Amino acid sequence: MPLLDLQGLTMQYRTKMGPVHAVDDVSLAMEAGEALGLVGESGCGKTSVAMTLLRLLPDNAEIVGGQVWFQGVDLLSLSEQEMRRVRWGGISMVFQAAMNSLNPVYRVGDQIVEAIQEHQHLSDRQARARVAELFHLVGLDPKLMERYPHEYSGGMKQRAVIAMALACSPKLIIADEPTTALDVIVQDRILRRINEVRTQLNMSMMYISHDIAVIAEVSQRIGVMYAGKLVEVADTVTVFKRPAHPYTIALMSAFPSIQGEKRPLAQLPGEPPNLLAPPPGCRFHPRCPHASEVCTREEPRMEKVDPGHGVACWHPQGRGRD
Amino acid sequence: MTEGRLTLEGVTKLFPVRKRVFTLKVRNFVHAVDNVSMGVERGEMFGLVGESGCGKTTTGKLIVKLLEPTRGKITVDGVDVTRIRRGKPLRAFRRKVQMIFQDPYESLNPRFTVYDTVAEPLGLQGLRSLAEREATVAEILSAVGLTPPETFMFRFPHELSGGQRQRVAIARAMVIRPQFVVADEPTSMLDVSIRAGVMDLLVALRRELGVSYLYVTHDLAVARYMCDRMAVMYLGKIVEQGPVEEVLRNPVHPYTRALISAVPVPDPTVRRDPPDIRGDVAAPIDPPPQCRFLSRCPKSGTVCERNNHPDLEEVLPGHLVACYRARD
Amino acid sequence: MTPTSSPFKPEPLWKVRVHLFLGAARRNWALFAESKIGLVGLGIIVLFLLMMAAHPILMSTVWEPRVYDPVRGFDPRLVGRHPAPPSWAHPLGTDPIGRDVLSQLMWSARSEFALGVTAAVISVVIGTIVGAVCAYFGGVVDMFFMRLADLEMLFPFIALLMVLQSVMPLTLIRLALLIGVLSGFGGITIILKSQALTVKVKPYIEAAKVAGGSSWQIIRRHIIPNIMPLSFLYMMFNVTGAIFTEAVLSFFGFLDIRMSWGIMINTAQESGYLGAFGQYWWLWAPAGGAITLLCFAFYLVGRGLDAVVNPRLRKR
Repeated sequence: MPLLDLQGLTMQYRTKMGPVHAVDDVSLAMEAGEALGLVGESGCGKTSVAMTLLRLLPDNAEIVGGQVWFQGVDLLSLSEQEMRRVRWGGISMVFQAAMNSLNPVYRVGDQIVEAIQEHQHLSDRQARARVAELFHLVGLDPKLMERYPHEYSGGMKQRAVIAMALACSPKLIIADEPTTALDVIVQDRILRRINEVRTQLNMSMMYISHDIAVIAEVSQRIGVMYAGKLVEVADTVTVFKRPAHPYTIALMSAFPSIQGEKRPLAQLPGEPPNLLAPPPGCRFHPRCPHASEVCTREEPRMEKVDPGHGVACWHPQGRGRD
Repeated sequence: MTEGRLTLEGVTKLFPVRKRVFTLKVRNFVHAVDNVSMGVERGEMFGLVGESGCGKTTTGKLIVKLLEPTRGKITVDGVDVTRIRRGKPLRAFRRKVQMIFQDPYESLNPRFTVYDTVAEPLGLQGLRSLAEREATVAEILSAVGLTPPETFMFRFPHELSGGQRQRVAIARAMVIRPQFVVADEPTSMLDVSIRAGVMDLLVALRRELGVSYLYVTHDLAVARYMCDRMAVMYLGKIVEQGPVEEVLRNPVHPYTRALISAVPVPDPTVRRDPPDIRGDVAAPIDPPPQCRFLSRCPKSGTVCERNNHPDLEEVLPGHLVACYRARD
Repeated sequence: MTPTSSPFKPEPLWKVRVHLFLGAARRNWALFAESKIGLVGLGIIVLFLLMMAAHPILMSTVWEPRVYDPVRGFDPRLVGRHPAPPSWAHPLGTDPIGRDVLSQLMWSARSEFALGVTAAVISVVIGTIVGAVCAYFGGVVDMFFMRLADLEMLFPFIALLMVLQSVMPLTLIRLALLIGVLSGFGGITIILKSQALTVKVKPYIEAAKVAGGSSWQIIRRHIIPNIMPLSFLYMMFNVTGAIFTEAVLSFFGFLDIRMSWGIMINTAQESGYLGAFGQYWWLWAPAGGAITLLCFAFYLVGRGLDAVVNPRLRKR
């Protein structure tokens, strides 16, 4: 049984102009201990997937269909109170702006102690020992517990937030662009630390980012999203070396690198679609170089082109081609 | 040969910060840009690379005269920028040097249509009659890929996507045919599938209009894709400078090395070594005279501790490094 | 420079601008119409405007000017019974010297509007320009106007006007100018300056500088248009303030105005009818109600505009 299993997850935002199909029929499974990268451009629904499965949605959002199985429990059927327990002990999340979520008037250590004591019956001394342990784990000097957030640098704050997310030893941690606002050297340290901690604790991680280079370094498997749809899922090397979906191919070759030959970058014509009125058929067809008549008419389903390599495309490229 | 050439000589920009120590007011200075010298040739794409707070954007703003240097000399076409008087001479300078800003969501006036934004420099410069302006704007809009131009001309920024907005911002900078453009991270806020198009547009405009660029970026991969030469800045100082491929292949300064090895690679089969660097960046508030990188440097020795910040020295033709231990 | 190759026959610019303006007006109206309180406010204002427009028509048709003139009228049929309670001839009764209260009420609406709108426009024009200039230039200019604003806000406004009326008669126009200028340099400058400060740091201001814009061009083309929505909002609140001030001053009889809602209450008070509170209600309730209602209406419209001006208040 997979640790997390999303089946046909569909979520809409109700707006004045009509429903926005932010997450559409996303099915995805994660094994225990696995690191999955979710990659896509802004507005493709990658953050919405995380928010939907944690049920942290704004009032105007509505889960229209699908199931979220976590350790054999359907999260969508839980009460708000049970869900809160899951969000803490089962799945925890680190947001992009998380480093700004520390309260400036309390010591960082105290904030984490308080968070722990909210959910576990630990004495002050035990909780502080736990925080010191966590600080150590994310590479912060435990002495920094006595400092205030403004005395932390951006990278240190982000580590403290990760420590907080790890406090109740969750089975799954969802990291949504945790290093996007940071400089590369700090980013490198945090990515390395995340990888170490994850293997050490045998924790699963869903890492959400628009940066395929970062995704390449932290994940074992990658899901590519476009316009609310999951278009390709495979292990990391396959996605990079033998991508089958035309969008994935474009995405991979649109990124400049400092290694290897300098090559021209792929350009996609047009812009991502407006999710108020997504194009009929395959949502990528207006920008796709391989689009044919069937693409404009029918939505492709996720099919296996290889074991462990799924693509939602009528004309998968490369090895997967008929 | 000074036409279209930009030079910086010993340019320094200090920003005062006020602190209170008990009741005593102390004035300190952030050394945002510290004794920077460099030159950009006509038609060149010169990259200025560094982490946030290293002074790269400040350098760009000094060049376009949004800020005045505390010390030093900046020349464009052999004319000292710091001594240009207001009024006509300043306006003539503005025709030559333009800037593209980072955030396409904030760099366009929300109440201006695309036409208003792009025609504004023409109006301020008194170029072209009102009738000709429309044709000129249409022409530059097609040149930046907003075709057909008449469908874009009277839209407001909120009706455009990020990539389209950045193209409008590029059109605004290019419409008066500048010789020199400071591009401040023009693609860092754009989505990947849009980014390549905007980068290629800047390259094409360079060829067609013969502009030179100072391309400010934090992303070494982007600098590699765009630029001929680049300079790496650390805390207000240029630490290494040279042809892009040369600097990336044979980085000499320990900071450049660390920076390069910290860049994630979009290839899961590549394993990077961790960057060899200690500690965190500190704000350069009245820094000690020694090498700025001293406290974080894995190679520092007594020569670094005893001397002032090292000057840039040529290690190979065109490849300059500011490090006492460059030849070790 | 070669002309564009596209067969692009542009509409004249002014036509495009009219289109754009109408489009924006339609969108803003839709946003405004979403807030019910704004519509209620607007409805009340329209009601007062209709009252104002109806008065001259009534005077030239149904109402005998000698009887119903709001200042000089007198109903001889009711001699000795003034102030008379409401009747068919005088729906809101008569005042102690025999004038028709409804006629006074309707006639005064015009001067209230004139005063409120003039004062508000003046104060907002001053506030916008001074606020934008202070924000843009900062330094000594900013310091001067901000200290002036502080002074204004601390100064007993009404007391100052009382002193002034002893030096020169305060007519409606003078009062409007005074209120406009005094409040223009007051709190509204500070509010609009802080708004202008957020506009000033936007990169499009820097872009305009790099394009060769002078300080004044930037203030005029970029800063002022971007704080105008807020100015407009405060204009609504300032109308309220001006009408209120007028009411207070004319209640105490400090103004050189022939008739207004404030004077109506003043008349009642002068002749000693305000003491018996409930008994002669038609002497003070219509005027008091009108002041309250009109001020309330402008306030509601301001609240409605708030939804247009502040995108954060909008519902999705």
